[in-house]
Amino acid sequence: MAKVKVATVWLEGCAGCHMSFLDIDEAIIELAKVVEFSRSPITDIKEFVPVDVGIVEGSVGNTEEEEVLKELRAHCKILMAWGDCACFGGVCAMRSSFDKEDALRRGYIETESTHKGKIPRPPGVPALLDQVKPANHIVKVDCYVPGCPPEPKAILYALNELLAGRIPVLPSDMMRFD
Amino acid sequence: MVSKVKKTIEINPVSRIEGHGKVTIQLDEAGNVTDAKFNVTQFRGFEKFCEGRVFWEMPVITPRICGICPVSHHLTAAKACDAILGVELTRPAKLLRELMHMGQYIQSHALHFFHLASPDLLLGMDADPAKRNVIGLIAANPELATKGVKLRSFGQAIIKSLGGKKVHPIGAVPGGMNTALSTADRDHFLKQIGWAIADAQTAIGIIKGYYEKDKDFVCTCASFPTGYLGLVDENNNLEFYDGKLRLIDRKGKVLESQFNPSNYLDIISEHVEDWSYLKFPFYKKVGYPKGIYRTGPLGRLNVSEGISTPLANAELKNFKKLGNNGIVEGSLYYHYARLIELLYAIERAHQLLEDKDICSTDLIVTSDKYNEQGVGVIEAPRGTLFHHYWVDDTGKIRKANLIVATGNNNAAMNMAVYQVAKTHIKNNKITEGILNRVEVAIRCYDPCLSCSTHAIGQMPFNIQVISVDGKLIKEITR
Ligand code: SF4
Repeated sequence: MAKVKVATVWLEGCAGCHMSFLDIDEAIIELAKVVEFSRSPITDIKEFVPVDVGIVEGSVGNTEEEEVLKELRAHCKILMAWGDCACFGGVCAMRSSFDKEDALRRGYIETESTHKGKIPRPPGVPALLDQVKPANHIVKVDCYVPGCPPEPKAILYALNELLAGRIPVLPSDMMRFD
Repeated sequence: MVSKVKKTIEINPVSRIEGHGKVTIQLDEAGNVTDAKFNVTQFRGFEKFCEGRVFWEMPVITPRICGICPVSHHLTAAKACDAILGVELTRPAKLLRELMHMGQYIQSHALHFFHLASPDLLLGMDADPAKRNVIGLIAANPELATKGVKLRSFGQAIIKSLGGKKVHPIGAVPGGMNTALSTADRDHFLKQIGWAIADAQTAIGIIKGYYEKDKDFVCTCASFPTGYLGLVDENNNLEFYDGKLRLIDRKGKVLESQFNPSNYLDIISEHVEDWSYLKFPFYKKVGYPKGIYRTGPLGRLNVSEGISTPLANAELKNFKKLGNNGIVEGSLYYHYARLIELLYAIERAHQLLEDKDICSTDLIVTSDKYNEQGVGVIEAPRGTLFHHYWVDDTGKIRKANLIVATGNNNAAMNMAVYQVAKTHIKNNKITEGILNRVEVAIRCYDPCLSCSTHAIGQMPFNIQVISVDGKLIKEITR
């Protein structure tokens, strides 16, 4: 049987969701038998190719992240959002209640340890969006695994449901938001 | 007519930790390197959006800066909050926090060596990139890969026991800890120490073997002088959780010995470039760029005169022999330094678990007034981490200033990229192997700007050679 192709990206997040995926520990060895990772932090593949499942960690806070998410959506049949950032904006979206220029000024000019600051700008770095958004504000998302990060067992459950051809609906004991 | 083309090579994305980055390399007409930069392309704004939150939320909010070393932010935030409360922790609370921190070092350093660095070292820098990752390592050397998975899992189990969660734990609170260690968990962890030490020693054997095999590359790869910074105890021994700052210059001369970390603003400043969202810290009294320094495993071992546990201390003596006057400059020696620290973290966890107070429930100290500000400083796996908060009289954060661990190495990573590119790219010759050397130089620092990609596997690289008029001349992707 052909392996199920999966691509994963992490956008504006802390990598905690991918870490929690690694916390499935030895189960990764079984998973590698039925899943083939395409572009993902765990491979060297950089380009998007058509895949069965796309997974996104993190929210969308700058133009580059927006582009990557759109590309992932264009290349996958089912898109799954991992973690509170991708599902709802998460801690990253706390920036949305501030003006982005104020945030930049605080970071690069006003901070007490900064010496003669200036604000980094494109083209050297991507431009910030006014608001930090969850994935479904940019593209269609097919299923959600919330949590900050989701428990490893929730991640494994959702992957196994997808492998069985079902859109996962998390049982209540795996549905958490911290 | 031959048109003059100046070329830019872009490596994008170099995914790292707490953000995303890319490398741009500038070539002259002959195809030789004139400049190279490591651009960090993500900004999240914690220093702004924490304003207005109550200070005791900080140990829960700031770990979301990094899912690979969340414990570092968790504990640093808690330390800054202790300072706002003006309290001295109970001895058991201190022990538990330090133990949680050792769990973090074990998982983070094991992850970096086994999951990330060892595929390069064991499968070869020129191995098929499709296989040179942790899944490839599982196939090629399942026994070793399993050691890595188990060691990391051991560290995570300690964190979960003390913090409730493996990623983003909640065990530390302002004034102490909210959970005691059960005697059952203590006994269980004590039984793991033996194999954990043996596996760390196996890893040390591997890295030493690699250095032997590839001496020329190892000695010269991204080797340059900088200052070094790290926390030490009162005897100038290696210290991860609490201590004084020690800063030495490129020759090993002590510039700051036993400096109180809460006065960090007197010794450290940050420089900003408009092409990177990551700032460049430097030693204030010398200025930028002369005052740049390195932190993390190499920096810490360079500033330490000893290690308080026997096995790691014996390795430190070997490590010091690699440099002049005990100062080791080669970026690739970060790996050895990291594994010596892994050994120390396990030995130190052992000592802490055997302490008579480790299962005590005397964990909280309270206070009914707030100081206007508080500084927390810790040695995170990747370097010295600073959190500084100012609060109003209701305890709301007025201002926050953070200097993250990897930021301390920003200037050095830029130098590493430049040096490797300059040495290997000559007359327009750009090969896979050269790209991997650039990748390897950055990876030594285990940068934590955009956690996941870098730490879990290989960095995906795309190098584009673009002429000044914007035409794509050559593209290499893997
Ligand atoms: S959901 Fe939590 S763990 Fe996942 S990326 Fe966001 S902050 Fe990190």
